[in-house]
Amino acid sequence: MAETVLVKGNEAIAMGAIEAGCRFYFGYPITPQNDIPEYMSKHLPGTGGTFIQAESEIASINMLLGAGATGARAMTSSSSPGISLKQEGISYLCGSQIPGVIVNMSRSGPGLGGISPSQGDYFQATRGGGHGDYRTIVLAPHSVQENYDLTMKAFDLSDKYRNPVLILGDALLGQMKEPLKKHSYRKKEYSKDWILTGTKGRRPRLLKSLYLSEGELTDHNWLLYKKYKRMKCEIMFETQFLEGAKLIVVAFGSVARIIKTSIQMVRDRGMKVGLFRPITLFPFPYDALEKISLSIKNFMAVELNTGQMVEDLKLAVGHKKNQVDFYGRPPGSIPSPDELYNEVKKVYKKRIG
Amino acid sequence: MKQVFKRPEALVDVPFHFCPGCHHGIVHRLVAECIDRYGLREKTIGVASVGCSVFLYDYIDVDVVEAPHGRAPAVATGVKRACPDNFVFTYQGDGDLAAIGTAEIIHAANRGERLTVVFVNNTVFGMTGGQMAPTTMAGQETTTTPFGRQTDTNGFPIKMAELLSQLPGTTFIARAAVNTPKNLMRAKKLLRKAFEVQTENQGFGFVEFLSACPTNWKMSPEQANKRVGEEMIPYFPLGIFKGELK
Ligand SMILES: Cc1ncc(C[n+]2csc(CCOP(=O)(O)OP(=O)(O)O)c2C)c(N)n1
Ligand code: SF4
Ligand SMILES: [Mg+2]
Repeated sequence: MAETVLVKGNEAIAMGAIEAGCRFYFGYPITPQNDIPEYMSKHLPGTGGTFIQAESEIASINMLLGAGATGARAMTSSSSPGISLKQEGISYLCGSQIPGVIVNMSRSGPGLGGISPSQGDYFQATRGGGHGDYRTIVLAPHSVQENYDLTMKAFDLSDKYRNPVLILGDALLGQMKEPLKKHSYRKKEYSKDWILTGTKGRRPRLLKSLYLSEGELTDHNWLLYKKYKRMKCEIMFETQFLEGAKLIVVAFGSVARIIKTSIQMVRDRGMKVGLFRPITLFPFPYDALEKISLSIKNFMAVELNTGQMVEDLKLAVGHKKNQVDFYGRPPGSIPSPDELYNEVKKVYKKRIG
Repeated sequence: MKQVFKRPEALVDVPFHFCPGCHHGIVHRLVAECIDRYGLREKTIGVASVGCSVFLYDYIDVDVVEAPHGRAPAVATGVKRACPDNFVFTYQGDGDLAAIGTAEIIHAANRGERLTVVFVNNTVFGMTGGQMAPTTMAGQETTTTPFGRQTDTNGFPIKMAELLSQLPGTTFIARAAVNTPKNLMRAKKLLRKAFEVQTENQGFGFVEFLSACPTNWKMSPEQANKRVGEEMIPYFPLGIFKGELK
């Protein structure tokens, strides 16, 4: 089935989900991710699945909670303002340990903002986003192919940890068209001894997040904390040109894609610049970056916001005498490879000469 | 000797946490009786809401998922679509269903989801200490309407059964009370029908129960029970608003 097709990033997500066995999709329209519900509405029924255009993002996330509680693979997608509305539900999913995949093809804020690409939702995605001390795994693709592959992966991780998984893209990743190599997928099976099916032959099961008895909630929070720690083994990142590099550019998602071209340009002019691209934003690759910082002292974060991931970068490498520079682009326009080339060059000249 | 009264099998043998004279306990029992009657205990998935009935799972011996405040109909939609052969019900208070969760109940009803909704209208937010609910009666004193509910600024008590019965997607909509033996017997019949429309795959079934909250009404159980008949029923008429009993 290694067929290659030319598709939009949003479609790749929908295709990956269906291939991964997602049979329930709940969503509410919002630009720039409408291709996802549109694709699902067309293709899910043929697989025996269910598509519901819900009355709101709040309803969508709670439908996902219900389907997830029965062990079904379910997905919802939205964009920034809609993801804000889903936060209460995501918190309940985490508290009740119910899996589900949530896609944020983010747009720009705050408020209604605009529909241009932005990475302004990084904090919201990686710090939980809703109330309570919880985390979701966050996957950040940077190509149409990764949209597809990481969506499949998201379903496995979600089942494995009984925790929602977020895919964080943006308008650019959703709208761009690229060749996609489709491939079949072997669903990983995880224990389902918690799902609600009716009590036939067993004691009743309960999925809840309310813990009122003495000490119960403390224990529950520690249990979740240990789970988030265990997720460290899922950390993914990509590196380029680390060998002999004097400056490491750190970027994720769409801007990482653009900056790959810029890095090639600076390297062609003899500047020793490498790339570090986190693919899991939570868990963040702190240890890998820290290790790199033992031999390379200069880092530069590049983001489509005014500075969010850079804080994680500083947590990872900000000790000792390392330098962390930042270039941020608030929403409104996308930097070209040439512009980013200039920004990287400036930092390189300042720090290395 | 013939046993004429026993605990329904689906009702766990523990004391309720409800206040004396609270009607939640009676409605719980009616739900458990219906689960028994239709042999649904092993195929039921309940959706608990946020309110005094949040501990539904301590009393009704079935699988339960807890929904965020107001969202039970959306959660139940997800459950039922994934498990169409299971019996799925929500149990919601009037703050839950008629305030924060208005959108979810209207749209689940309008889609004609195969769900049974048990709606407990006690004219207050019970769990949070007796604040005004959308169903609070005109003039009723609550902790947030200390001078009585003023309809010109607080609006009017919402009649959810009537409202939902306007939606073509619904199949059975009724209002019941459990304040007298006669009303209780009638309530049982109505709830059975709301179960049957799901077990027979006909559509969305809904019963509103007018219920006493003696604690937040600051009344004795007797007074509170009396209030249901004297004040609530005249405004919230009992009956069937959609569908019929066969
Ligand atoms: C999002 C959110 N807002 C508010 C609350 C607080 N809260 C808990 S129960 C409740 C109202 C319950 O009233 P009702 O649904 O009428 O149930 P009752 O206790 O009267 O049976 C409220 C406002 C909450 N849990 N979640
Ligand atoms: S506060 Fe009211 S609704 Fe809640 S248990 Fe007591 S009487 Fe019942
Ligand atoms: Mg109430």
